Amino acid sequence: MEVTTGWYLVLGALIFTIGGVGLLLRRNPIVMLMCVELMLNGVNVTFVGLATEFGDINGQTVVFFVLVVAAAEVVVGLGILVAVLRRRPGATADDLVELKG
Amino acid sequence: MRVLDLVWLIPAFPLLGFVTLLVLGRRLGEPMAGWVATGAAGGSFAATVLVYFAMLGEDAEERTHELVLFDWVPAGGLEVEAGFLADPLSITMCLFVTGVASLIHMYAIGYMHGDEKFSKFFLYLNLFLFSMTILVLGNNMVLTFLGWEGVGACSYFLISFWFHKDEAPAAGKKAFVTNRVGDFGYMLAMFLVFQFLGTLQYVEITEKAGNLASTSAAAITLLLLLAAAGKSAQIPLFVWLPDAMAGPTPVSAMVHAATMVTSGVYLTARMNAVLFQAPDWSTDIIAWVGAITALIAATAAVAQNDIKRVLAYSTISQLGYMFLAIGLGAYVAAIFHVITHAFFKALLFLGSGSVIHGMHDEQDMRRMGGLLKVMPFTGATFIVGWLAIAGVPPFSGFWSKDEILLFAWEQNIPLAIIGFVVAILTAYYMSRQVFMVFFGEPRWDAEIDGEPPEHEIHPHESSPLMWLPLVALAGLAFAGGFINTPITKDLLFLEHFLEPVFEERQIFLEAKGGEKLIFGTFATLTAVVGIVMAAQVYLRRKGKGAVEPELFENAWYIDDTYAKVTGGPGRQLFDAASTADQRVIDGTVNGVGTLVRQLGQQGRGTATGLVRNYAIPIAIGAVVLGGWFLTRASF
Repeated sequence: MEVTTGWYLVLGALIFTIGGVGLLLRRNPIVMLMCVELMLNGVNVTFVGLATEFGDINGQTVVFFVLVVAAAEVVVGLGILVAVLRRRPGATADDLVELKG
Repeated sequence: MRVLDLVWLIPAFPLLGFVTLLVLGRRLGEPMAGWVATGAAGGSFAATVLVYFAMLGEDAEERTHELVLFDWVPAGGLEVEAGFLADPLSITMCLFVTGVASLIHMYAIGYMHGDEKFSKFFLYLNLFLFSMTILVLGNNMVLTFLGWEGVGACSYFLISFWFHKDEAPAAGKKAFVTNRVGDFGYMLAMFLVFQFLGTLQYVEITEKAGNLASTSAAAITLLLLLAAAGKSAQIPLFVWLPDAMAGPTPVSAMVHAATMVTSGVYLTARMNAVLFQAPDWSTDIIAWVGAITALIAATAAVAQNDIKRVLAYSTISQLGYMFLAIGLGAYVAAIFHVITHAFFKALLFLGSGSVIHGMHDEQDMRRMGGLLKVMPFTGATFIVGWLAIAGVPPFSGFWSKDEILLFAWEQNIPLAIIGFVVAILTAYYMSRQVFMVFFGEPRWDAEIDGEPPEHEIHPHESSPLMWLPLVALAGLAFAGGFINTPITKDLLFLEHFLEPVFEERQIFLEAKGGEKLIFGTFATLTAVVGIVMAAQVYLRRKGKGAVEPELFENAWYIDDTYAKVTGGPGRQLFDAASTADQRVIDGTVNGVGTLVRQLGQQGRGTATGLVRNYAIPIAIGAVVLGGWFLTRASF
């Protein structure tokens, strides 16, 4: 069975959906952050798949931008989460409401 | 470099004096501060004389010289330079402004002796002189406006100089507010000039004015008249000048007689190209405003008892003559009268100041009399001023006033008749003043309305510092007329000098030598009639009670009417405007603010800070968007 671009698109959609559902259902902030990463990478797979299909390098270029933004986001997000969890071990995302002004 | 480029020195000297006094004024003290200011004014005069002779050395066509210092307001089509325009008109103005100002500065050293704000007074005087020279020398309407506002502000400072008196700050405020009305006219005139001609430079305005439509020229002319009416105290805005006498007398002499009040005449003469383009009815309005102002002010002067108020109304009246001349197109005659008036009115004001000084601040003429023996210098010079303003030949006032009357006679007989009535009244009220103050029995301790004087009065002659300027001005008031005597064409020095400015736009006299002689005799006769009338009333009758109607004493109740209107219906209008401002304008602005705030308050509930509350709408949105794309996609 030949692996076509459609397979990659389905894979990307699956990863994106897993991430989205996980983000909505889980309470652990670190897991939620990981779910966001999953969603981003689901999109990345789609980009790369379509870039190969159309022979257009731009799709792969965008992926690099997404990776960089994701890395930056993780640095900031993890920094905040670690600081919160150190103060209150086992805090859920809902407990983060105390950061509201 | 041409010597004419040194024109910048004229305003530079008073500015230097101002800055020096600002920094060192208190330390210099009395009388050094006064001498510094006098030196600055004298330096300015010397610079003007230098420029004047340099100008005489040039050919008549070469006498208009512009010196641009820097670009002041470069804004698209509007280019305003900070530059000076040295031409015969501006230099003529500068000559007498700085000359008379120097003498008055010197006089003020004696007059302000012992005043605790001595140095501040001279600081204001120098600032005033700086503004006045900027007004006259500016090469565009904006720079002139800067000087225009500058002299207005200085006039306010100087009128309210003795602010511990009740009337001084009130008079200052009145002068300022009344002048604002005129300034509004100036600004609108300036906008219209730029709208129609695309420039504010005087030289270009003069060149391009020929293209003006007659209605636009009329609008500009009338707005300029409003501006001039404010600054030069013409109907309907003359009410501030009599009150301005609350200031120290040197101020009355310099600001409110010799220099600042003539700036309206200067402005209209400067814009003569626009006035030339305006239809006859609009320039006729100027002439009539001048004539009626002259008449009303002269009748008011007849009934005043305050020595300075007589002169104040007299100033308004003489300014009326100048506007009469401007309206007729006799610009040289107007400028001629500006000059001679500066000489004799400065002399009269300084003389009255000397009298007030010698009488220990008594200003009521009913308590004077017989002062000629006590104050010989003041008295003799005052008499020269009296003969000059009354129009007795060969004193200066005769030449300039009768030139205006002759122009009026040839152009418009009713105006000439008003002019002659005013001439009789002028001779009458000035003689009345001279007789009440210097002749007759001394009444120094007279009771007025049952009140004795506040303190005993022992009149004395003032110091040489004060009467020396009087003697100099008396010389000028006597001889000032010879700069433009119409006996032969060669003697019209002023007319020839000013010719490049007015060119063919001004009117010339048609009368021949013999007619002029008859006219001059008739004019002299009017002066004699006035003097004899005053002598009959005030020397024979020895001043028992007032003979002049109350209507005149209150200047036809014009001032009171203004006060009533602005105090009554005007007040309500202002209150209504204030309420409308608070309710409607502020209400709208505040209402928008309140609305936004309440909307925000409503929306606050959705921002819970819970991640899932934000994530779910995003997810739903993503699904909806995805669904929408899928249904529209074609595979």
